[in-house]
Amino acid sequence: MSSFETLKQQSRYLRGGIAAGLADPVTGAISEDDGKLIKFHGTYQQDDRDLRDERRRQKLEPAYSFMVRARLAGGVMTPAQWLAFDAIASDYASSGLRITTRQTFQWHGVIKRNLKPTIAAIDAAMASTIAACGDINRNVVCNVNPVESAAHELAYGWAVRLSEHLKPKTRAYHEIWLDGEKLVGEEEHEPLYGPTYLPRKFKIGLAIPPLNDADVLAQDLGLIAIIERGELLGFNVAIGGGMGASHGDPATYPRLADVIGFVRPEQLLALAEAVISVQRDWGDRHERKHARLKYTIDTRGLDVFKAEVENRLGHALEPARAFRFEHNGDRYGWVQGHAGRWHLTLQVEAGRLLDRPGQAWLSGMRELARVHTGDIRLTCNQNLVIANVADADRAAIDAIVGRHGLDGYRRHSAIRQHAIACVALPTCGLAMAESERYLPTFLSKLEASLEGHGLLDAPILLRLSGCPNGCSRPYLGEIALVGRAPGRYDLRLGADFSGQRLNQLYRENVDEAAILAALDPLFARYAAGRGEGEGFGDFLLRDGVIAPPPRRIAATVTA
Amino acid sequence: MNAALKPTIPESTLDPEQLALLARLTSGLSPAALYWIAAYSAGQAARLQAPLPAAAPAAAAGERLSIVYGSQTGNARRVAEQLAARAEAAGLPVRLLRAGAYPVRELAQERHLVVVISSQGDGDPPDDAIGFFEFITGKRAPRLPQTKFAVLGLGDSSYPKYCAVSRVLDARLAELGATRFAELGEADVDFEQVSTRWAEHAVETAREALGASAAPAHAVAALHAVGAVPLARSHTREKPFPAAVLENQRIVSRGSERDVRHIELSLEGSGLRYEVGDALGVWPENSPRLVEQWLTELKLDGGAEIEHDGRRLPLSRWLGHERELTRLTRSLVVAQAEAGGHGELTRLLQPAHKEDFAALLASHQPIDLLRRFPARWEPAQLVATLRPMTPRLYSIASSPLLVGPDEVHLTVAVVEYTAHGSAHEGAASAFLAAAGDEARVPVFIEPNERFRLPADGSRDVIMIGPGTGVAPFRAFVQQRQATAASGRNWLFFGNRHFQHDFLYQLEWQQALASGALSRLELAFSRDASHKTYVQHRLREHGRELYGWLREGAHLYVCGDSAHMARDVHEALLDIAARHGGLSAEDAAGWLAELMQQGRYARDVY
Repeated sequence: MSSFETLKQQSRYLRGGIAAGLADPVTGAISEDDGKLIKFHGTYQQDDRDLRDERRRQKLEPAYSFMVRARLAGGVMTPAQWLAFDAIASDYASSGLRITTRQTFQWHGVIKRNLKPTIAAIDAAMASTIAACGDINRNVVCNVNPVESAAHELAYGWAVRLSEHLKPKTRAYHEIWLDGEKLVGEEEHEPLYGPTYLPRKFKIGLAIPPLNDADVLAQDLGLIAIIERGELLGFNVAIGGGMGASHGDPATYPRLADVIGFVRPEQLLALAEAVISVQRDWGDRHERKHARLKYTIDTRGLDVFKAEVENRLGHALEPARAFRFEHNGDRYGWVQGHAGRWHLTLQVEAGRLLDRPGQAWLSGMRELARVHTGDIRLTCNQNLVIANVADADRAAIDAIVGRHGLDGYRRHSAIRQHAIACVALPTCGLAMAESERYLPTFLSKLEASLEGHGLLDAPILLRLSGCPNGCSRPYLGEIALVGRAPGRYDLRLGADFSGQRLNQLYRENVDEAAILAALDPLFARYAAGRGEGEGFGDFLLRDGVIAPPPRRIAATVTA
Repeated sequence: MNAALKPTIPESTLDPEQLALLARLTSGLSPAALYWIAAYSAGQAARLQAPLPAAAPAAAAGERLSIVYGSQTGNARRVAEQLAARAEAAGLPVRLLRAGAYPVRELAQERHLVVVISSQGDGDPPDDAIGFFEFITGKRAPRLPQTKFAVLGLGDSSYPKYCAVSRVLDARLAELGATRFAELGEADVDFEQVSTRWAEHAVETAREALGASAAPAHAVAALHAVGAVPLARSHTREKPFPAAVLENQRIVSRGSERDVRHIELSLEGSGLRYEVGDALGVWPENSPRLVEQWLTELKLDGGAEIEHDGRRLPLSRWLGHERELTRLTRSLVVAQAEAGGHGELTRLLQPAHKEDFAALLASHQPIDLLRRFPARWEPAQLVATLRPMTPRLYSIASSPLLVGPDEVHLTVAVVEYTAHGSAHEGAASAFLAAAGDEARVPVFIEPNERFRLPADGSRDVIMIGPGTGVAPFRAFVQQRQATAASGRNWLFFGNRHFQHDFLYQLEWQQALASGALSRLELAFSRDASHKTYVQHRLREHGRELYGWLREGAHLYVCGDSAHMARDVHEALLDIAARHGGLSAEDAAGWLAELMQQGRYARDVY
């Protein structure tokens, strides 16, 4: 067993020494062990890596702070919740609100003594942070599909049910953060997870074709809603997706999920429990790098795994239904949904809502949330949707959006509209290179190159990641940069436009000049030779720049 | 022992604790063992090149001049030492004693007594002199009809109760029936001229009275018998050592409102040695920027050669190296008021406006005065009026046992602020903060015998040092670590912000982990809506703290005297009352006793 497993076992259902560590006034940190456990509570200990060396010389410990992540199933919130989250950002956090690639908010820079008030404030806003990180089912994502808004409501309902159903049952969270009563003498139970929870994180996502904005095949458990004539028939089940890999370790790799069958809505919770329980029992508890569901499946065999799931369910899965994905991006601007309601999708570069010169995004959204009567949704592409707006209110919303520079979607190049970046430096402890902070510079340079080839309007999926762990789902980018060292990246090319084909390594460990030099001739060829509606990734494959992938997922599964 | 054989021994120079240790060491020993110790001690004394103690007869109480000093920063001690040397040179038998070691029961026998004593903050005696002061001003003080006395006070005229302690003592001694042989002297921060003149006069008067009965030959030995520092030093206050800067590191974060430096200096080749608790004297230079501002303001030529006190230097050199430019004094205000004919200033100098005058001194540097109340100055007159540069004392932040004897560390709060529309700095802290690799900092060691770790390493130690007051406690903890002292160490530290101003945070964390520090209580005043200071933490842990003290712990306070030391003292009184059940009076008595025993020591400024 890995030491982490022992730690979980001895943690008394995620309590560990967290409470005592929070009360220690001599350090802004908590112990290394508690730092692992606290992830289950929805927060990571970090430090400002820009200041590390400077503070060491100043005989000060690193500038420790905590990243706090909400559990916000499907990314949906009320305007009142928005305002509460915004207040938390100004009261306790250092860099505004950050929309993650899993449809939730992160707050960065929360110092230790503010951690408890922050989590209590999130709780007071009728939300939570529990299991937003850790070896457990995390925030359930669900596509926002404003076009098929009636179908979205159905699917979203299931995302919430899954999220609630798969929450841990320990009362440690209430004890530590919400002044809940301490358990005395009572036994605690985690009926699904047990005392050691899962071997590794577990992600569930729902998509409603033809949109795959949730990148459903990148999830451990991907659910593809099958809707006919407005009725939700059920879900295709895909298992074993995952982005994380380690540089130089061929035993680790990104993997797309395999579609293994179909379940009816009423079978969904049991299906999720069955998949999770097999992973709980079969997953690798010795080597954390090999513990995600994708490795369990590849080790045991997909058929064996599926048979065990069916065995635990007590019935065979129905065959998967036909579906088709068109793309995995967001549709910006206003679209009309059902019941005459309108939805406005706004682009938030790198998901960072912060007031900057000419971009008063945080203030703008605050103003908007004060007048908006519908809901607000976060997307898996780090954007947001002002949902359920009456036709009469659209002009007022547009005015607020325009006044605060939130209307970038009207002006931005197509590649800028399709870019995702993880946080990386200075707060993320895993980052090897810049990502969020580098995105604007890199985009400007790419845009200059694209403009030279008349490609400013070409939608190309660009994904930046500071490390190979894959928060920004870089292996599904048509162009992706995966950090190796400061200023150096792996350049990966050739994913498709709908999240169904992984990209491939094109240049290893290169700097910006080499990246731009490699891309510019490819842009030229694409501009000259692309077919009607042909994506950049697909073109590279057809053109022979990228070899056919070793493992293929059909764009359409036909039952 | 046969009473007839009892030898006459000279006055002890040991303090009560040392005497107690000696008694413990010698009790029950055989005569042979006792003689061996005597021989051993004599050998030690010879090795220290200290002349043997003088024979007793010459120093009979009636025929000698007793000089008692109460000193907080070392200035009064230095003045007393100079006075003693002068008296000795004049052929007088002298005994020199710090107030804390003065046997008050001998007061009534004094024939010629000189007291040199400073006043702290709001008119308080130095810690070491509290017992002496309270005895003389108290009910048990004897009548002194035979005593002739003289008092020299040191103080800072920017405080309303300037020289209050010496005034009270002077009046009280007269009240007790003693006769002044010299008028009360009062020396401001620029004390040297006043104290020298006063000493000349006092010694002259004393010599007239005592001269006949004294022989110079005795006197030389008599001084050294009680002299504090017999070691000949290669470098002194007057002849400082130019120390190279080994490190000059900011130790607050970039987000801090203030700059604090950790400065490491090299004493290599200086022959200087220090002990934890000592201070390092630093002779600053005024910044060239400030000198330029003065020259511009006064429309004077920095290159002009000015002769003063037998020396001829360019004016810019006088201002940069030889004169105080950052501390406003009464004498400068007087001169400025006259030179510029400023009625407003003249009015402030009248006794009725004491408070306003103190406020003026507190809020203005000299440059502000020059700008606000312009006047024409002759360069020579300016040099004569400004007080000579004085060294600043910094509590040493390192133990020579841990960092090596050739290194000394300081913790320096850089004084910089904006006032009257322009940037201001403190002379020494700005000088140190700007000291780079090439700089040489003129330094000397200022011993502080009253601020020493317990000789017994098994004693517990409580240290209260907010802000840069933590400096000597870094040295203490290093020393206790280096000597493997078994006693516990409990530190109380406070500052503004945890994130920015936690001085030596990493070192304290390591010390806690290694056990070199047993406990650390923290008070960060600006991190919460209500301000928390070290005295709040003391009260929170009052029961345990009282327990430690009851078990023999030594308690030390270092830092700001105006507020912190007073608030801490109040907290200690409360703790004694609350957890020891002592009345207010008994609590005060208990603390005074701890202070007398050297178990409650303060290094405050």
